[in-house]
Amino acid sequence: MAHGPAKGFSRWLYTTNHKDIGSMYLWFSFAMFLLGGVFALVIRAELFEPGLQIVEPGFFNQMTTMHGLVMVFGAVMPAFVGLANWMIPMMLGAPDMALPRMNNWSFWILPFAFAMMVSTLFMEGGGPNFGWTFYAPLSTTYAPPSVTFFIFAVHIMGASSIMGSINIIATILNMRAPGMTLMKMPLFVWTWLITAYLLIAVMPVLAGVVTMMLMDIHFGTSFFDAAGGGDPVLFQHVFWFFGHPEVYIMILPAFGIVSAIIPTFARKPLFGYSSMVYATASIAFLSFIVWAHHMFTVGLPIAGELFFMYATMLIAVPTGVKVFNWVTTMFRGSMTFETPMLFSIAFVILFTIGGFSGLMLAIAPADFQYHDTYFVVAHFHYVLVPGAIFSITAGVYYWLPKWCGNMYNETMGKVQFWLAFIGLNVTFFPMHFVGLAGMQRRVPDYNQFFADFNMISSMGAFLFGAAQLMLLYNVISTIMSGKKATDEVWEDPEGLEWTVPSPAPYHTFSTPPPIK
Amino acid sequence: MSGEGTYYVPEQSKLPIFASIGLFITVYGAAGWLNGGTPTLFTVGFIMFAMVLWSWFSIVIKENLAGLNDAQLKRSYVWAMGWFIFSEVMFFAAFFGALYYMRNISLPELGGDNTTNEILWSGFKEVWPLMVTPDMAANGTSATVVGPDINMSVTTADSIFTWLPFWNTAVLLTSSFTVHFAHTALKNNNKKGFNLWLGITVALGIIFLFLQAAEYIHAYAENLKIHHGAYGTTFFMLTGFHGLHVTMGTFMLLVMWLRSVLKGHFSHEDCFGFEAASWYWHFVDVVWVGLFIFVYILG
Amino acid sequence: MLITINRLMVWLFTPALLLLSNAQAIAQSAERSTINMPIGVTPVSQDVYGLHMTMFWWCVAIGVVVFGVMFYSMIVHRKSNGAKASNFHDSLGLEIAWTVLPFVILIIMAIPATSSLVKLYDTSESEVDVVITGYQWYWGYEYLDQDVKFFSRLSTPQEQIYNQAPKGENYLLEVDEPLVIPINKKVRFLVTSNDVIHAWWVPDLAVKRDAIPGYINESWARVEKPGTYRGVCAELCGKDHGFMPVVVKAVEQEEYEAWLGERREAAAKIKELTNKTFSLDELVVQGEAVYNKACVACHGANGEGGVGKAIAGSPIATGDMAAHIDIIVNGSKNNPLMAAYKETLSEVDTAAVITYQRNAFGNNTGDVVQPIDILKFKQGK
Ligand code: HEA
Ligand code: HEA
Ligand code: HEC
Ligand code: CUA
Ligand SMILES: [Cu+2]
Repeated sequence: MAHGPAKGFSRWLYTTNHKDIGSMYLWFSFAMFLLGGVFALVIRAELFEPGLQIVEPGFFNQMTTMHGLVMVFGAVMPAFVGLANWMIPMMLGAPDMALPRMNNWSFWILPFAFAMMVSTLFMEGGGPNFGWTFYAPLSTTYAPPSVTFFIFAVHIMGASSIMGSINIIATILNMRAPGMTLMKMPLFVWTWLITAYLLIAVMPVLAGVVTMMLMDIHFGTSFFDAAGGGDPVLFQHVFWFFGHPEVYIMILPAFGIVSAIIPTFARKPLFGYSSMVYATASIAFLSFIVWAHHMFTVGLPIAGELFFMYATMLIAVPTGVKVFNWVTTMFRGSMTFETPMLFSIAFVILFTIGGFSGLMLAIAPADFQYHDTYFVVAHFHYVLVPGAIFSITAGVYYWLPKWCGNMYNETMGKVQFWLAFIGLNVTFFPMHFVGLAGMQRRVPDYNQFFADFNMISSMGAFLFGAAQLMLLYNVISTIMSGKKATDEVWEDPEGLEWTVPSPAPYHTFSTPPPIK
Repeated sequence: MSGEGTYYVPEQSKLPIFASIGLFITVYGAAGWLNGGTPTLFTVGFIMFAMVLWSWFSIVIKENLAGLNDAQLKRSYVWAMGWFIFSEVMFFAAFFGALYYMRNISLPELGGDNTTNEILWSGFKEVWPLMVTPDMAANGTSATVVGPDINMSVTTADSIFTWLPFWNTAVLLTSSFTVHFAHTALKNNNKKGFNLWLGITVALGIIFLFLQAAEYIHAYAENLKIHHGAYGTTFFMLTGFHGLHVTMGTFMLLVMWLRSVLKGHFSHEDCFGFEAASWYWHFVDVVWVGLFIFVYILG
Repeated sequence: MLITINRLMVWLFTPALLLLSNAQAIAQSAERSTINMPIGVTPVSQDVYGLHMTMFWWCVAIGVVVFGVMFYSMIVHRKSNGAKASNFHDSLGLEIAWTVLPFVILIIMAIPATSSLVKLYDTSESEVDVVITGYQWYWGYEYLDQDVKFFSRLSTPQEQIYNQAPKGENYLLEVDEPLVIPINKKVRFLVTSNDVIHAWWVPDLAVKRDAIPGYINESWARVEKPGTYRGVCAELCGKDHGFMPVVVKAVEQEEYEAWLGERREAAAKIKELTNKTFSLDELVVQGEAVYNKACVACHGANGEGGVGKAIAGSPIATGDMAAHIDIIVNGSKNNPLMAAYKETLSEVDTAAVITYQRNAFGNNTGDVVQPIDILKFKQGK
């Protein structure tokens, strides 16, 4: 085994090291976040005022679609995989991921998949313009020809996710240091174990549904065509069977990160560790039986409607357990508020708000008014941006000193937090109002009635974007210079990753560490 | 997980990046081809991808023979194969789900006693196998989505022995036993028996594929095609994807057989490559049983 | 712009709290609220509004408790205050309590939700039935058993959309012909689509139903107050998804019947016109109007094309007449965007637009086609 990284660019191309691969995932994800963010800024710029000013409606739809796809599949998921790559082997006392070469393959598929997806924007007829949920028949019979490229991009992206998840499961189940029993694993590892199962269960279903699209488009099958006995709603069932678990895929690892950070800065062990594990598992289980809450208005029979409403509401219970556990962890602690903690606290508050609006959406009769309005957009940005994005940011600040050996600039971190926090609320809170007042999603133009709040939203979006550039600057300058971090970095944090030097050596544990 | 020596973390490898490029060219080429282009790019990519995978597997085999793989790593492979098969199960689940949905939800709605039928598809009756599509029932000769002329269901009980799917089932089920016998032979250190039983399994796989091809030719000749409404759709998609998996499974077993016959690989304690292929084979078999019941018998 | 910024300042400095306490008051006033759901004008919409507010206040209450405890700890148990960390990390009792309590709350929420849903789903015993069909990008309405059928398109002029004219009050929420329904009658909506999925939504009626091609979804409303209620298409349906509003006019029964009578007469007149022979000029004038309403979005104001092919110099619009009629009546086989207009354009309008296309944009063919020819073409099919 070589002891240091190879020189030059081939280090990154050929690497089998979990830290290298983790870093590549994280950088890739950040690039995609900026790209998805630029798409969002196009959306917000067009929506700054009523009337069409910047883009044509057809292109606007492409922006909405690409924004959703790039953020979900390009930014959030790879970021969590990146953190998993970096942290899981260190947290378990393992030498590396279980299957290092496949690990590198999982990563390298992604840049190609996204190059293929983004290249559709330049094709004749334009890129995907049917929303990130690509409902048939808009995405089949009525789609631009580039949809074929989109379909194959989804296929290989799915292959990457499946291989990544298999790797994570094998690592967690097979690579733990002696004595690291399952119930001693950090919650981040637990949440990822469960997330990986979700991924393996639903990514193939996504592959299945895009395959059906491909067949309907090119081979004349009738999956989604009533004339031949199919049903456009079938598409939605299959899509959401994937899609709903997918949204938990984007939040469970976040729960893990926050569960690592809050105890550290409250200086108190995590409250209710085992109930956290069970709650995560319950959420995962429930996530398979709630999908049709996205389809309350498609005309399901009332029994189905009721079933999916009740099942969806149930998710509030295990999620509540988590929120209560975090709050109780803080209670009677000795708290300090470094940047990772600020992001984590904001996570708990804002995610809960997003969860509340989710619960309102779950009430089927009320969803008849909310569905496909900006109220839904507000809901999911509250769970995704201060949820997924904030937790990732918190994790980056928390572990960055361990990764590169340097301490980030705390003042800048705090300023960035406040900018992001304000920007985010200014952007997304007013969306609740315009949604309730009747503004539908996925439109480039609207009545003046909604003008004020849209303008506020747009200004918030640019503020939030600026905050992200600040994060980029802070991270780069920490890596380049910055004062040396201690091995423990924080005050008596829990976990094996803090027992190794900062920066963590290229190969962490060639022999398993002792576990208390 | 007691101290089992050091886990084998491979050196740098060019395989992943080349595999990614190969895969990328394959799918990019496929998309271009489907959109009216030529198959050239697809072919180039596919060959490249296949070559990379070939050398990837060769390297893994060499490492194993060189004794680099400890028991722990082998367990990783076991987990990986297991969960890969699970992902395949979910992939098929999507298609079985579609079949279920069409037969039990969408067709009854289209052909039921309700406003959908009354206003949009009057005259359509839901009968499975679906020979008359809603389009045909409602729009007569100007229909664009027409049904097939024949279906593959068994007509009478005594014609079952001349019914091809029956023989396909027999062939595939038998092959599940023979692959198991091969495994038992290997466990008993009986390499000859192993080669024999495995060879028979491969042969059965190939026979199955021939029969399947014959069925397709018959179907197309008698005007049962993939674009013939819900029946054509589900019939060809389910059997087609299964057929693709049988092809892959047969290929895997063939490679294992060649490794054993030509190179003398596999011993009773080191045979995971074969075991993985055989699990895959059992999985393909189970899927067929599902197909046989839901596509053919209840068809 | 200046005014907008002024109003903006007011909003920016309006504390969120004010807004919460005002929500109810604002919503109850006759004005539409900019921050909340309309109460609406049907029993169901009022139910839904009630549910919405109940849910909202539950969430506020739970939020107050959870965030209250959290902020209390953050203020009191901070290190800079000299707080010493205690070490407790488990309590079965607490865990059970905060599992059971939310569960109970959820049951309390689910009960009224269930009963509202049952009401919402009961489409039996309707007094008026309307078939609503979504098209890219307008709505078609057909009164079952009444022989009345028409289309309802956005009537906001392009200049307003492209900021070349000041925007009217109902910008993007106005149509040429609204759906007219009687008040205090159970009206059943049978919603379907001709192409992609749309969704027919009127907030004041609390009706939102997906329009799915090949299937019919049912919904209903009993409007209690006469008035004009505006809604939109609420499912992404392509380019002009944002430009296919819904307008419903609820009127007294007599007015409704009078309107229906007029409509029937108009339909009869159109039938009559079909048999009339028009001059080239008459057809071109009418054809231009049809073109600018139905075709201009894709084929351009000067027939230069865009999403659709150019009409100026088009081989079809200058060549064989039958092919020209065919592509408009039956749509293009190659591109679903060029939809079939056999249902959506009357024979007169079809003849007019064809004549127009053959004589405008430099296509000076001099050809004329009469409505009766279109009718024959359609019947021949
Ligand atoms: C990270 C992603 C994420 C997460 C975690 C969630 C969480 C939840 N979501 Fe959300 N959702 C999305 C992402 C997410 N969602 C996306 C992307 C869409 C739109 C997709 C599209 O159409 O494009 C969507 C859409 C969506 C809809 C469809 C709306 C529509 O289109 O009409 C619904 C409906 O039920 C819903 C419900 C919920 C619920 C009940 C939860 C619950 O899990 C929330 C549970 C949490 C809490 C409730 C708060 C904490 C709990 C307590 C403090 C306990 C006590 C509380 C009570 C008893 C009330 N979501
Ligand atoms: C994790 C997922 C995620 C994230 C993080 C975000 C982040 C943001 N999203 Fe959204 N969004 C979705 C997932 C996400 N989104 C999904 C799934 C949809 C539904 C799509 C659909 O309907 O199909 C959606 C839809 C959606 C809409 C509705 C569009 C419509 O209905 O037409 C809007 C509108 O405002 C919006 C806005 C934003 C904004 C302002 C951000 C901001 O947080 C973004 C902030 C980031 C930046 C602004 C980047 C900073 C970069 C720069 C400043 C430039 C630097 C450039 C270089 C260096 C090259 N998003
Ligand atoms: C949603 C977009 C759209 C609308 C609205 C539309 N068309 Fe088209 N039209 C198209 C497209 C796309 C084509 C090209 C079809 C093809 O490639 O076969 C086309 C082709 C045509 C052609 C044939 C041109 C040629 O040279 O091949 C004619 C004639 C035509 N349209 C007439 C009309 C008329 C008349 C209307 C209005 C009543 C109309 N179109 C409305 C999209 C549209
Ligand atoms: Cu029609 Cu959106
Ligand atoms: Cu969901």
